[in-house]
Amino acid sequence: MSAPLVSVKDLKVHFEVRGGLFSPQKTVRAVDGVSFDIGRGEILSLVGESGSGKTTTGKAILRLVGATAGEVRFEGEPVSRKNSELHEFRKKAQMIYQDPYQSLNPREYVVDIVAEPLDVNGLVDTAAQREERVKQALAAAGLQPPEDFLYRYPYELSGGQRQRAALASSLILDPAFVVADEPVSMLDASIRTGIVKLMLKQRDERGIAYLFITHDLSLAWLISDRIAIMYLGRIMETGNADVIIRRGLHPYTRALVGIMPVPGVERAGKRNLLAGDIPSAASFIPGCKFASRCPTAQEICRAECPELVEAEPGHSVACHFVKGA
Amino acid sequence: MEAQTKLLDVKGLRAYFRMGKGALRAVDGVDFGLDYGEALGIVGESGCGKTTSALSICRMLPREGYIAGGEIFVEGIDYARLSDDEIRAHRWKDVSIIFQGAMNAMNPVKRVGFQIAEAIELHEGADRKAAMNRAGDLLELVEIPRDRLSRYPHEFSGGMKQRAMIAMALACGAKLVIGDEPTTALDVMIQAQILDLLERLRRERRMGLILITHDLSILGETCDRIAVMYAGKIVETGTVRDVFDRAAHPYTRRLISCFPRIGGEKVVPEGIDGFPPNLIDPPRGCRFHPRCLEARAACREIEPQTRRLSATHSVACHLAEVKS
Amino acid sequence: MRDFIAYLFGKGRGRSVRAQMRRMRGREFLSRVYRNKTAFAGSVIVLVFALVALIGQSVVRFDLGVTGQTGAERWLPPSAAHWLGTDHLGRDLFGFLVAGAGVSMLVGAVATAISMVIGTVVGVVSGYFGKWIDVLLMRLTDFMLCIPWLPLCMVLAAILGSSLVNIILVIGLTGWAGSARLVRAQTLSVKEMAYVERTVSIGAKSGHIMIKHILPNVFPVVFANTVLSAAAAISTETTLSFLGLGDTSRPSWGMILYYANATSAVAKGAWWYFLPAGVCVVLVVLGLTLMSYAFDEILNPRLKER
Repeated sequence: MSAPLVSVKDLKVHFEVRGGLFSPQKTVRAVDGVSFDIGRGEILSLVGESGSGKTTTGKAILRLVGATAGEVRFEGEPVSRKNSELHEFRKKAQMIYQDPYQSLNPREYVVDIVAEPLDVNGLVDTAAQREERVKQALAAAGLQPPEDFLYRYPYELSGGQRQRAALASSLILDPAFVVADEPVSMLDASIRTGIVKLMLKQRDERGIAYLFITHDLSLAWLISDRIAIMYLGRIMETGNADVIIRRGLHPYTRALVGIMPVPGVERAGKRNLLAGDIPSAASFIPGCKFASRCPTAQEICRAECPELVEAEPGHSVACHFVKGA
Repeated sequence: MEAQTKLLDVKGLRAYFRMGKGALRAVDGVDFGLDYGEALGIVGESGCGKTTSALSICRMLPREGYIAGGEIFVEGIDYARLSDDEIRAHRWKDVSIIFQGAMNAMNPVKRVGFQIAEAIELHEGADRKAAMNRAGDLLELVEIPRDRLSRYPHEFSGGMKQRAMIAMALACGAKLVIGDEPTTALDVMIQAQILDLLERLRRERRMGLILITHDLSILGETCDRIAVMYAGKIVETGTVRDVFDRAAHPYTRRLISCFPRIGGEKVVPEGIDGFPPNLIDPPRGCRFHPRCLEARAACREIEPQTRRLSATHSVACHLAEVKS
Repeated sequence: MRDFIAYLFGKGRGRSVRAQMRRMRGREFLSRVYRNKTAFAGSVIVLVFALVALIGQSVVRFDLGVTGQTGAERWLPPSAAHWLGTDHLGRDLFGFLVAGAGVSMLVGAVATAISMVIGTVVGVVSGYFGKWIDVLLMRLTDFMLCIPWLPLCMVLAAILGSSLVNIILVIGLTGWAGSARLVRAQTLSVKEMAYVERTVSIGAKSGHIMIKHILPNVFPVVFANTVLSAAAAISTETTLSFLGLGDTSRPSWGMILYYANATSAVAKGAWWYFLPAGVCVVLVVLGLTLMSYAFDEILNPRLKER
C-alpha cells in the first residue's frame, strides 16, 4: 500500500471561551485527538451527530480553523499552520460547503465565482481562456449548457444547481483531495443523488479523494469506502463501510445503526434509544467520551479514555471492551 | 361518537397564494382523512404544498394565502367555512400544530413554563397557578423533569426544545396534532426519541397525528398511512405497505429509490431530473409528466383522476392498472 | 446595481456576453427603481437638483458682485423679470438660488465622498483584521464620535478660514466616524459567511477578499449611508454659511439665509428671500433620505431568495 494521501495524527482543536464576570474561562474541546488516513481516490466518511466535531475536523485539516495540536500530512509532507506557506496545498485541497445558499457570493456572477480559484492563483492569461475553463468545469458538474449559467446570479439558481456550481468551482483547480461538509443535507432527496453521483464520477475519473462529512449513516454507507464514527471530538470506530454497518463493535456505532430508519420497514421491536443528550463539548470528560450514555459502561470507562486500536485488519475501535487484534 | 365521525376529512382542498403575476396554486384539490389514533404521513419535496395543507387545516395561512375551495371537516365541522373568531375557539383545543423549526420559535426571554402556561391561559381561561401546574404535567408527559419549568429556552438542548414544543401543542388537549417536519433539524438519535414520544402519545391519547416530512424513511416506522404529494396534488395514498411494496405512481417509485436501504444493495439511486413545476402556471395534464420517464400522450393532455386500486390504496396516474 | 454603474461608465459597450448582461441588468435595475415609488421620487428630486447644480449657472447668469444700481431694484417681490424677486442689494434671487445650488451640491458630493471613503476603509479594515488594528481604529472612531459634529465644524472653519476647499475638507474629514462603525458591523457579519471562508480555502489573500467579497456585500449599507451623509453634509454646509462661517466669496443657499436673517427679511415680510432657499435644502435632504430608505429595499431583496 502506498503512503496515504492525507494523514491526520492526534488532531486537537480547542477553543478558549472567555468567561464572563461570573463564569470561569472554559475550554471547548471540539476535536480532541483524532487520527485517520485517507488514500488516493478513497472516500472516507466522517459520521457523527451535531457537536461531534466533524466539521471542525474537516476545516482544521484544510487549515481554515487553527489546530491546537496534532499533525496533518498531505502527500507525505507536513501541512504548515501558517497561511503564507499554504499556497500549493490550497490548490490541491478544496472544500465544499453544506449550505448552497451561503457558500456563493450573492453579488457575483456564476462565471466569476467558478473562475475565482483561477484568478487568485494567476492560472489563466486571457478572458477567453478563463471562460473556456469555466465552461468545462460547469459542464463537468452537470450544468448544461454551460453558457446559460455563466452570467447568472446565485439567487437565480436552484439549490441543486448552486451546489453543482460550488462543486465546479472547487474542482476547477483539479485538486487531489476534497473535504465535503454535508454537501447534500440541505437538498431534496431526488436532487441529492445527482450531486452524489457527480462526486463519485469525479473520483472515478480524476482520482479525487474525499472526506465526506455527514450525519446520515445510510448515505455514508452508500458511497464511501470507509467510515469513521465520531463522538464528541473523538473517533469511536473506523473501518470498511460494510463492516461498520453489519459488524460494528463500538456501542455507539451499534446504537446508531440500530435506530436508523430503513425506508419501508416497520420496526420490529422497541427502538434501542440512548438516554439523554450529548454532553457539552465544554465539559471536561476524563474517561471515555461516550461513558455517560453507554449502556455497558463500567468504572474504567469513566476513568480512562480508550485509544483507537485495531481489532482486525482495517477495523479499529476505541473501547475498553474490544481487544486489539 | 368517535366511531361515526372521522377526526379529519379534507375534500377537494385548494389553497392559493396571491402573487403579483397571478395565483400560486400551492394546494390544488387534495383529499385526505384521518381517524382517531391514526397516523398519516404526508411526504413530498420542497414546494409540493404539504406545509400549506397543514396550515390550511388550522387556518393559519400567511396574508397572501387563502383557501380557494374545498372542505376541511374536523370532527364534523367545516373549518374552511368558519370565521376568524370561530376558528380561534377550535385552534389548539381541537387542532394544534408543531411548526417547522419549532425549536427556534420559543421566546428566548421568557421562561419555558410561562410559554406553555400562556397557551393554557389563553385558550382555557385558567388562572396562572392552575396553568403552571398543567404545564408541569405536560413537561413530564414529554419526559422532561418538572423543575425545568423555570428555565429559559437556551438552557434546553435541541431535542428538549422540540419536546417542549410538543408539550405546548398538547396543552389544550388537541385531538389532531400536525407535525410539520418535527424532526428535520435534529440528530438521528434525538429524532428517534421524538418519534418514539409521538408514537407513545398517539397511542395513549388516541390522538390523530399528521406527520409532514420530506424524509420518506421515517414514515415506514411511524405512520399507518402515507400520502405522497407533488406540485400541489396528492399523487398516491395508501398504507405503508401499499406505498412501499406496491407503489403505483412513477414519482413515488422514484422517490422511494432515492432513500438508500442500509444493508441492501449498494446502488446509487437514479434521482429525478428536472425541477418541480411553476405553480402559477402549472403544466397541462399530469403535473409530473415533464419529469416522468413513462409519460404517454394522455399524460400530457389530461389530468389524471384519483383511482382506487384497493380499499386502502389510490393513485392519480393514467398508467396505473385498476384492479377490480 | 453594480451592473448599472458599470453601464454608466461605458462598460456596457461591446458585443461580449458580459457587456450584454450588464446592459440588460442595468436596465432591469432602472426599471426596479422606477417601480419603487419612493426610490423613484427621491432619485428624481436629487437628479433635478444635480442637473441644476451642473448646468444651471451657464443658463442663468449670476454674480455676487453685480448689485442693483438703483435703490428701486432692491427688495423687489417676484415678477416676470425676477422670478424670485431681488435681495437687499438688488441681486436676482433666482439666479442666486441656482448658483447656490452649485455650491451646496458640490460640497455635498465631495465632502461626502471624502468621509465615505475614509469611513468605509476604516470600517472594512477594522472589521476584517480585528485584533489591535480594530482596537486602534475603533478608539479613534469613538474619539471622533464623542465630539459634537456641528460645533467641531464651526470651530475648525473659524480657525482654518472659510474657503470652499476648507469647508469641504472640514466636513469630510470629521464626518466619517458614523459610517465607519456601520461598515465595521456589516463587515463583521459578512466575514463569517461561508463564501468568504471558501475564498480563503482557494488561496486568496486578504486584499482580494476585502475588495471582491467584503466590499460588494457591505455595499448596500455603504450606499444607504452615503446618501444620508450627503444630506447631512449639505445641511451642515448650509448651517455653516448661515452662521457666516462659509465661503463668503461664493453664493450658497446658506448665504441667502444668512443675508435674509441679517437684513431682517422676515420682519420685512420678504418671504421670497428666505423661503425658496430653505425649501431647496429641505427638498434635497428629503430626496436623499427617500433614496436611502428605498434603495435598501431594491439592493437587498435578492438576498431573501430561497
